[in-house]
Amino acid sequence: MMKKSNRSRLITITAIVFLSGCSSWGVDPWDRDLLAKPEMAINSSPLDQSIDDHIYFSKEASSGGRSFAGGGCGCN
Amino acid sequence: MQLKNQSTGSPLKNVSLAEKLTLATTALLGASANAQQVDAEWNYSASLLAYSEPDRVSATELIVTADKAYGDAAKLDLKVVLDSLTGASANGAIEQDNPQTFTRPSGKGQFVTAANNTPLDDTFKDTRLQIAASWTDSITEQSRYTIATNLSREYDYRSVGASGELAWDFNQKNTTLSAGLSFASDEILPEGDIPLAFSSMVIDQGQFVTEDEYWNAFDATRIAESDTVSTSELLLGWTQVINRQMLVQLNYGYADMQGYLTDPFKLLSVVDDNGQTQDLVYENRPDSRTQHSLFALTKYHFDESIFDLSYRYISDDWEMKSHTIDSHWRFMTEGGSFWEPHVRIYLQDAAEFYQPFLAQSQTTPEFASADYRIGDMSAMTVGLKYGFQLEGGERAEVRLEYYRQTPNKANQSSVSGLENIELYPEVDALILQFNYYF
Repeated sequence: MMKKSNRSRLITITAIVFLSGCSSWGVDPWDRDLLAKPEMAINSSPLDQSIDDHIYFSKEASSGGRSFAGGGCGCN
Repeated sequence: MQLKNQSTGSPLKNVSLAEKLTLATTALLGASANAQQVDAEWNYSASLLAYSEPDRVSATELIVTADKAYGDAAKLDLKVVLDSLTGASANGAIEQDNPQTFTRPSGKGQFVTAANNTPLDDTFKDTRLQIAASWTDSITEQSRYTIATNLSREYDYRSVGASGELAWDFNQKNTTLSAGLSFASDEILPEGDIPLAFSSMVIDQGQFVTEDEYWNAFDATRIAESDTVSTSELLLGWTQVINRQMLVQLNYGYADMQGYLTDPFKLLSVVDDNGQTQDLVYENRPDSRTQHSLFALTKYHFDESIFDLSYRYISDDWEMKSHTIDSHWRFMTEGGSFWEPHVRIYLQDAAEFYQPFLAQSQTTPEFASADYRIGDMSAMTVGLKYGFQLEGGERAEVRLEYYRQTPNKANQSSVSGLENIELYPEVDALILQFNYYF
């Protein structure tokens, strides 16, 4: 069993390595013209998403992943 | 963010629908539209869905959303969903070469399924109202929170939920990490109450001398008027801008469900060595379910189009596993309109207790369900969306999709007499949707 202080040090180091790795990607703020478009948003069609979630929840055994699956419905 | 021009000095009779809704929304929120310091306009969207499975379920759904920004960082989102469902759903029993009689879930009345037809219970009729609200605001310049609540109510089902999420931006907002928790509490109040697991369906075939005798037999198969399910979820997210045209998202989700996870309306046929149904019993599922999910998404902005591709893997302790690939490709054309093809592929391994029927010779298992939705299957959706700009600056979209679910027949039983019976029927659905943003 790892000591608590060692574990938090490991988590901190992993987080720093991860975030500094991420910093090699990305753009400057003035290069966000395309990314700032509403259609480039992660969930750019929330209405479609909401409807798809409802349909597939009631037809398949999987839900969630993209966002919270939330409570159910009495879908038959 | 581009804000619409504030319309000023318009006569009351020319008030737009969006402005009328603003008055209505602020009134609903208990605030005076005139007295309130308006930071931005309300944005509205609405969606109307027509969903149809030939000979089975058809549903109509209306969604209205309203959102409003407060200052640079805060935002309120409201959503109302109303849907109505009618039609028939497979009750889990297998088809036979003779007609089969079933008791309706309420116990009042019967229906007969013709020979060589999949038994469908046609009593489904439900209306659902859902209300959801969420509030996002900044904590520091690099972090923000979202709190949300959700209420859903239908004739035989109630759900209430709440969630909270924290998000942190790093590297000039090119990296975002998020962590969220969600809790939901559902109550199921089925027509005809909750049946006793594996009890035989009571079918009046003239064996009862009086009506009381029938109801005594029926009530003996019921254990409670209602039951509950509680769902707790954790969602960890990482979003990364790769370059000017590309971003990726990776999520890990954990969900824990506790309570009544059985479908009170689903049956299993108990068949003899010749494939003839001897009994119909109510299904039984475990009362807990733990699920892990991984979700990866990428979006890429080409010169004239935007492409997205996502993959989701889900695995749970019911031994159900699924892979979902989902992709859209939006082609922008002149005047703000676009065409967007959509493809979705879904593959599912059955839950360990899934079986299309029970053999009379086998001992009754602890859990069993013939619900096709937890069986081995693959499904495919193809769709096309067209979006266009209206003269007043509003936007509209029309989406048409076709969904086909194909059960995997590899595990077809070798019970004689069932070779020619369609144990795993396919399911088709047509989805027509109209979105309006104003």
